[in-house]
Amino acid sequence: MTSSTKVEEYITDSLLRQDRMPHIWCPGCGIGPAVGCFIRAIESSGLDQDKIALISGIGCTGRVAGYVKLDSFHTTHGRALPFAMGLGLGNPELNVVVFSGDGDLIAIGGNHLIHTARRNVDMTVICLNNFNYGMTGGQMGPTTPLNARSNTSPYGNIEYPFNVPYLVAASGATYVARWTMLHARQLEWSIAEALTKPGFSFIEVLGPCPTLYGRMNKMARGMDSLNYYKENSVVRNGADPKDVDLTSDGPIVVGKFVDIERPTFWEQCQLVIDRAQAKKD
Amino acid sequence: MSENGALCGTYFLNGDEPCAEGAMSAGCRFFAGYPITPATEVAERMSERLPHVGGIYVQMEDEIASMNAILGASWAGMKSMTSTSGPGFSLMMENLGLGVMLETPCVVVNIQRAGPSTGLPTLTAQGDMMQARWGSHGSYEIIALVPSSPQEIFDLTIEAFNLSERYRVPVLVMSDEAVGHMSEKVVIPEIAPENLVTRPRPNDGREGYLPFKANDDLIPPMAIAGEGYRFHVTGLTHDERGYPVMTAEAQDKLVRRLVDKIRVHRNDIIKYEEIGVEDAEVIVCAYGISARIARLAVQQAREESVRVGLLRLITVWPFAEDRIRELAQQVKAFVVPEINYGQIVLEVERCAAGKARTLLVEHMGGSVHNPQTILDAIKKVAK
Ligand code: SF4
Repeated sequence: MTSSTKVEEYITDSLLRQDRMPHIWCPGCGIGPAVGCFIRAIESSGLDQDKIALISGIGCTGRVAGYVKLDSFHTTHGRALPFAMGLGLGNPELNVVVFSGDGDLIAIGGNHLIHTARRNVDMTVICLNNFNYGMTGGQMGPTTPLNARSNTSPYGNIEYPFNVPYLVAASGATYVARWTMLHARQLEWSIAEALTKPGFSFIEVLGPCPTLYGRMNKMARGMDSLNYYKENSVVRNGADPKDVDLTSDGPIVVGKFVDIERPTFWEQCQLVIDRAQAKKD
Repeated sequence: MSENGALCGTYFLNGDEPCAEGAMSAGCRFFAGYPITPATEVAERMSERLPHVGGIYVQMEDEIASMNAILGASWAGMKSMTSTSGPGFSLMMENLGLGVMLETPCVVVNIQRAGPSTGLPTLTAQGDMMQARWGSHGSYEIIALVPSSPQEIFDLTIEAFNLSERYRVPVLVMSDEAVGHMSEKVVIPEIAPENLVTRPRPNDGREGYLPFKANDDLIPPMAIAGEGYRFHVTGLTHDERGYPVMTAEAQDKLVRRLVDKIRVHRNDIIKYEEIGVEDAEVIVCAYGISARIARLAVQQAREESVRVGLLRLITVWPFAEDRIRELAQQVKAFVVPEINYGQIVLEVERCAAGKARTLLVEHMGGSVHNPQTILDAIKKVAK
């Protein structure tokens, strides 16, 4: 064991709720390593941890809020974003993070996703995309690749999935990135960058679900997905989000795609307050 | 404008507007809503008024988001509110349950219109009374208040905030289109700070803080985000630490407390108004706009020497069960006019427990009762 590993373990421990271990995630699942990146990103960002609030929805990834030692909220399915928005507007000193899965944020929560991005609400969204619903036993969703198998697409998925970075960028997000679990360092830096950037930041993380999606799609071990990422990923920072669609034969384009400035929702709210009070006086 | 942001004075307002003013007076500084007839004026008024006191109005993408946003704001320490009508109220139900489970103070106003479904958007009804009680899944208790005038919607909106902060539960203001859209004199007084309630806060240290450890009154003190408590809350069944526990025992302990914290305090919560019940043989039990119509019928019946009284429910949930049981010993019958096909009448009948007869005067909505129908019912049971 190298000394740097020891330090990392220590850091991770301090931000985990040790009294809730062991966690529920399967061996080889991508969620745990993504949480590790998140925790290291918090450490490296130097932010006041008492002022970071973590909100999750429902699902395997939705359980993240229960394991991280921050003010943390495990809300209802799909509704982490409006809850997080209310929390952040209620106290602008809070650094609000939503950590949830693809089904939660993009299917049932899809309407909130586009509107929260459109408003450029101050928050960082980490969306773990494992191409299926894990908690309920491996059903297809709006991110499941075409023709992939799941427990509700036994003949192969007939629906075209969302290009998630394109969707959130078009909706108005000011920071959009995608990494796979193989890109742990980049993911950590990206989260740290998003945490300190005002406005709506969105990071898609491709992570394996070996137990369900993997097993049904010839990637039954976590390593199989990582090999798939390794063989197919290309880093293309600044790529146009419309060109980063995940297709069965194309590359997995990863990188930071959007990093722009636009007034945040909080700033716009202050504008309303200024206008109203100027009118009164 | 007063200290707390209210426009003190005497005004001629429609019912939705003093609802917003009541919220301002109570210290509400966050409103999330979605336009819907006949509740839109509440949101409009809040959007105009909140920025003057540095508060925030957000027009959400739907009522599901509205409900969640006010819960989030409450956990940041804000007093928060949303307003809606039937279709939006239905959309709020799941996360109203989250509010109950997370014991989150907030206020939800329902200016009722006739349903089911889109129904009569611009016309009145009282068809959501049972939905208010049972609309979210699972076993729980809720507090719901029913104003019958624009003045009372002002008063009860403040009361709703106070109750929600005191008992850590979402409180419903179940008004209706007739009250929401009638214009009357409304007096907005300066509300003294001592008449406003704020949630119980933890005063022990951050180490070892248990977010759902209740005091003797069954209500846990509430930390808010950003203060260093590092608490966890979840819609899953949880223990005092706020951690999920998937057992029948944990479920029993939690749900029992969530329900009992309202039930044991019911006598402090429940309010009603009685007119001429002392010698009554017949009681008209009514609420909201129907109570005003009932009052005319009761007066008329008294003039015709019928011994009839009015029990006007101000708190509809928890239900004035003890009082109905008492009155059932005294009277021959209860007459229950409501703008639905029988909701609160079921509660009256349950509490009367066969000791007194119960007669519903139904109205499917779209207008208020003709007082004559209530008078006829009074005379029928008085015979
Ligand atoms: S089911 Fe899939 S997503 Fe859920 S914990 Fe197991 S591997 Fe992870």
